[in-house]
Amino acid sequence: MSRRFGPAAVHVILIAYSLIALMPILLVVMNSFKARKAIFGAPLALPSSETFSLIGYSKVLGNSNVGMFFFNSVSVTLISMASVLLFGAMAAWALAEYRFKGSTLLALFLSIGIMVPIRLGSISILHTMVSLDLINTRLALILVYTAQGLPMAIFILSEFISQIPKDLRDAARCDGVPEIAIFFQVIAPLLRPAIATVAVFTVVPIWNDLWFPLLLAPGKETQTITLGIQQFIGQYVTDWNSVLAALSVAILPVIAIYLIFSRQLIGGLTAGAVK
Amino acid sequence: MPELTQSALSSKSGFGRLALLVFFLGPAVVIYAAFSVYPLIATMALASFTTDQAGAYHFAGIDNFILLLTDKDWRGPFWNALGNNVLFFIIHMLVQNPIGIAIAGLLSLPALKFRATYRTLIFMPTMLSVVIIGFAWNLILSPLWGVSEGFLKFFGLGSLFQPWLGLEGSALITIGLISVWQFVGIPLMLIYAALLNIPEELVDAARIDGLSHLRIFFHVKLPLIMPTIGLVSILTFVGNFNAFDLVYAIKGALAGPNFSTDLLGTFFYRTFFGNQLQLGSPTMGATVATAMFLIILMGVCVYLFLVQRRLERHSF
Repeated sequence: MSRRFGPAAVHVILIAYSLIALMPILLVVMNSFKARKAIFGAPLALPSSETFSLIGYSKVLGNSNVGMFFFNSVSVTLISMASVLLFGAMAAWALAEYRFKGSTLLALFLSIGIMVPIRLGSISILHTMVSLDLINTRLALILVYTAQGLPMAIFILSEFISQIPKDLRDAARCDGVPEIAIFFQVIAPLLRPAIATVAVFTVVPIWNDLWFPLLLAPGKETQTITLGIQQFIGQYVTDWNSVLAALSVAILPVIAIYLIFSRQLIGGLTAGAVK
Repeated sequence: MPELTQSALSSKSGFGRLALLVFFLGPAVVIYAAFSVYPLIATMALASFTTDQAGAYHFAGIDNFILLLTDKDWRGPFWNALGNNVLFFIIHMLVQNPIGIAIAGLLSLPALKFRATYRTLIFMPTMLSVVIIGFAWNLILSPLWGVSEGFLKFFGLGSLFQPWLGLEGSALITIGLISVWQFVGIPLMLIYAALLNIPEELVDAARIDGLSHLRIFFHVKLPLIMPTIGLVSILTFVGNFNAFDLVYAIKGALAGPNFSTDLLGTFFYRTFFGNQLQLGSPTMGATVATAMFLIILMGVCVYLFLVQRRLERHSF
């Protein structure tokens, strides 16, 4: 066996796998910009001036409430993320900083949710939401997603808080700064780098979820983009232009955001993965 | 300096101290308890009730579980879904995790160019919705479009093409591989992070001894990242035994053809909501959810008490 694994061979393998990862996505996006004939005639060709067509997009954007679905997804995801970060950071701070009776037990209680999927409690969640009259509201989704995201966020943020030098808060305490101000003015700004890590573990699953929108908010007014696209495609199965355009409408913004933040996202993921 | 922390708190009155804890912990504990822990417990409680014609609930002990495991209408679908789920998990363990480990190994080679670019590209499918991925692959593998057939023909393998997603014998394996394609990024990232954490002196020592990269990987690095591989395995297990979206997106709630792609998640959904073939039942749905909970719990216990303990000894 050669002493060194040839560098060329490594690149060949990595390029090949990158193609496997990208091809299906490219294929869908590429063909969404083509006329029906070209989709079937030459699926692997890039759209040219003759085959270029936006008919699928005009149907998707005209026919369905994509704008509203987007607004629903964005508002549900952002508010859920904000509450996961705020409440998660506050709880992580209390657990890491204060010693009180039952703190270990409480930490254990809060970590159950890391391993046990919240989905298994769906029947009772549905009953609760019915009795609170929250069915077909974005609030129902926000409450469930916050509960779902908290355990992981508390776990990651506790690790992060325990790495912050103790001198900082002790100096503030000596100056007589109240505890709540220490958290919001000294600790919270330092947590910024951990936001990316928490975001990967909370935002992505929330944005992509189908289960809870299907269960708790299937109404036209409150559908998220994932559910909306799923139902739109169900109605237009045979209209390939519309289906491909609908898929691209769901894919492209996520990829754009991913490419902008990929460094932080992957950095966050590898940092959070330690252990 | 825990003493200072203590004194900062104990200098306050008992009430002020309690108020502070409630302020910081209250919102998280209340939301989590009300919408995560309570529903889980209530669902398990519901599993021990039945409803009569009038809709009234009656305590039934473990009757629902006996029904699920022995009744001829329930037994078949349950074991079918469980068996499919086990196969689904095995596909991930045999394909997804080895590919993840191999690519993480390549990415962590010293002085590799374009490392960040590869990482970004290979992780991309993991960011997308399972629903979107399911539809995309459904189109790609469809004989109507002919993309896959044309692709195989290009390599002279056109005769191998089959409508894999439509055949009872291959639909589940195909869906399993689609899921592998999407989620390979997760083991990749976790293992990549673990490889980066290996102290450089260890690898350098092995290199000075004249070991090749391949041997260093198998004899030095791999044993050191075993705890991470254990963690990846349990995450895969929990994710797989909770999977629903991909099958629902590609095959719908009936998980065709002939229930050959039915997983516990889709079985749970049908049991609770009902479908063309049967009426939905909250109590039987809760029973299936509880069975899923127990299966996941068993997996987590095996991991915590057998796998993790044994692996910790090798870690540094």
